[in-house]
Amino acid sequence: MMTDFGREEYARLAEKRALFITGLIVILIALAGVAVTIGSAGLSVADSYIAILAGLFPGAVDLPDRMVESNAVGIVWGWRLHRVLFAVAAGFGLAIAGAVMQGVLRNPLASPFTLGIASAASCGASIAIVLGAGLLSGGLLVIGNAFLFAMLAAAAIYGMARLRGMGSETMILAGIALMYLFSAVTSLLQYLGTADKVQAVVFWMFGSLDRSSWPKLGIVTVVLAAVVPVLLWRAWDLNALAEGDETAKSLGVPVERSMAGFMLAASLVTAVIICFTGTIGFIGLVAPHITRMVIGTDHRALLPASGLVGAVLLLGADCLARTAIPGTIIPVGIMTAFLGIPFFLYLFMRRRDA
Amino acid sequence: MPLLCARGVSFSYRDRRVLEDVSFTLDAGEVLGLVGPNGSGKTTLIRCLGRLLDPEGAVLLDGRDTRSMSRPEIARTVAYVPQNGGVAGSATVFETVLMGRRPHLRWSVSEEDKQKVSEALSLLGIGDFASRRTDRLSGGERQRVLVARALAQDARILLLDEPTSALDMRNRIEVMALLARLAEEHRLAVVAAIHDLNLAARYCHRLLILKDGRVLGRGTPSSLLTSGMVRAVYSIEAVIKDEMGVPYVVPLRPSENDNLVKIL
Repeated sequence: MMTDFGREEYARLAEKRALFITGLIVILIALAGVAVTIGSAGLSVADSYIAILAGLFPGAVDLPDRMVESNAVGIVWGWRLHRVLFAVAAGFGLAIAGAVMQGVLRNPLASPFTLGIASAASCGASIAIVLGAGLLSGGLLVIGNAFLFAMLAAAAIYGMARLRGMGSETMILAGIALMYLFSAVTSLLQYLGTADKVQAVVFWMFGSLDRSSWPKLGIVTVVLAAVVPVLLWRAWDLNALAEGDETAKSLGVPVERSMAGFMLAASLVTAVIICFTGTIGFIGLVAPHITRMVIGTDHRALLPASGLVGAVLLLGADCLARTAIPGTIIPVGIMTAFLGIPFFLYLFMRRRDA
Repeated sequence: MPLLCARGVSFSYRDRRVLEDVSFTLDAGEVLGLVGPNGSGKTTLIRCLGRLLDPEGAVLLDGRDTRSMSRPEIARTVAYVPQNGGVAGSATVFETVLMGRRPHLRWSVSEEDKQKVSEALSLLGIGDFASRRTDRLSGGERQRVLVARALAQDARILLLDEPTSALDMRNRIEVMALLARLAEEHRLAVVAAIHDLNLAARYCHRLLILKDGRVLGRGTPSSLLTSGMVRAVYSIEAVIKDEMGVPYVVPLRPSENDNLVKIL
């Protein structure tokens, strides 16, 4: 039988990728509508969208009287929407950072957490909480420390890799070493700290979206808007790096510069998110894997699709975290593990069987 | 002007000198076989030629010194097939070969890119499993995918580090015959590190013999492959036969030299 040597199959794969991304956007919009309803104001999903549109285009949307009376627009825009959008932005960013790190390091276990960047942020936050020491002060003390330490960890990994010769193995080993170091410092601070401060540290490390706000969402969005397009533009370099440093070099990729750039970008995105949320695990690890299983390894599609999977996972986890136990909001970092890992294992086992 | 020119190429890994003053030129349409024992510097020389390592001396591609060329420029001129693997991800064969287009691609994949991939797959006879995952292929199939990727790169110089090491006898002959044909028809310059002296003798226009990082000899297979040269390079006795104008090396085990020589 004559074949077209894979061109038709490749075109089908491109369609599948487009369909997957479109589907995720639809799911995300629907989930966002549901997420905005969660709370005591008794809003329906339709009310959520109306309130969002009314806030976006003041005067252009006729609000039903009951929504005016219940101040639905004020509740949605003042209290709920920034949390929902923050979940979307954080999930999107953490998943993309994970996908980039796994691609650059060619290691399925690479993520901001296994590379010590999250441990460093936790360490920075712990120093701020327990010792009250940091560069910034007031409400920015913990955030500033978490961001600073996360970026310090990234710089240290980069520095060690440069000294030792830039390579994925060097970076992973340096990252793991740093993870243990920062974890040890955090443990020491917990050992030395008073009970209330230890509790504050533990709570910070759970990861939560409770601290979201419009200004914080703005900062995260600006960083994502600056970094993600560049990552997408360099997606072919990630594809080449996945084939090995030497092959990537022979295909015209400036390997060391690219690796440094990708790691810096992924670290920046991670740091700017987790300094506001605390450590939200598993998204950066699981979302790229789930996406890869469905649409393959081309980073041009893998990066945005992973981001959307991460956004859906984190928003879904936050919805469950707020509703699973009435009257209690479970930290979303715990819920992402409960939700993401079984789903990941299910896909993984099913795929193995196939 | 030669397509590829090496002038006094030397290289050291830290304090260990592995290449010493290697010079040669290669014209379009020629296949150069790098032969020599393990550790003689063949792989290092290939890497230096593709500028994957930065050697002392000069490597000129089409008259231009690689030190003045950007990495994408080099990649548009030289394609490289690594010795083992070079396939780490779970991409399909089509996508892996498409990576060869990386130096030419902007962001989207054009019809021309897809056409080049299809042609390369067809030439290597691997079109039938274009949709399979590359990491699930046999060693020989994967080796063909890597050669296809190099062809898709559309470079005028091909550097291959033991391109036939994972292939069976038939596939070895097919791949080497294809390389020789491509060199001639597409006016490519091909450099291949090869362990099999007979394969090298049959398909390479010229050989460069390396030992301990130095050039022991360069020339046509007929002029170079003598029992004295084999003894000097590999420290074994060998009988060189003539198979329709092509030298054929029959290696002899040192302990049985006398008996085997008598039998032959």
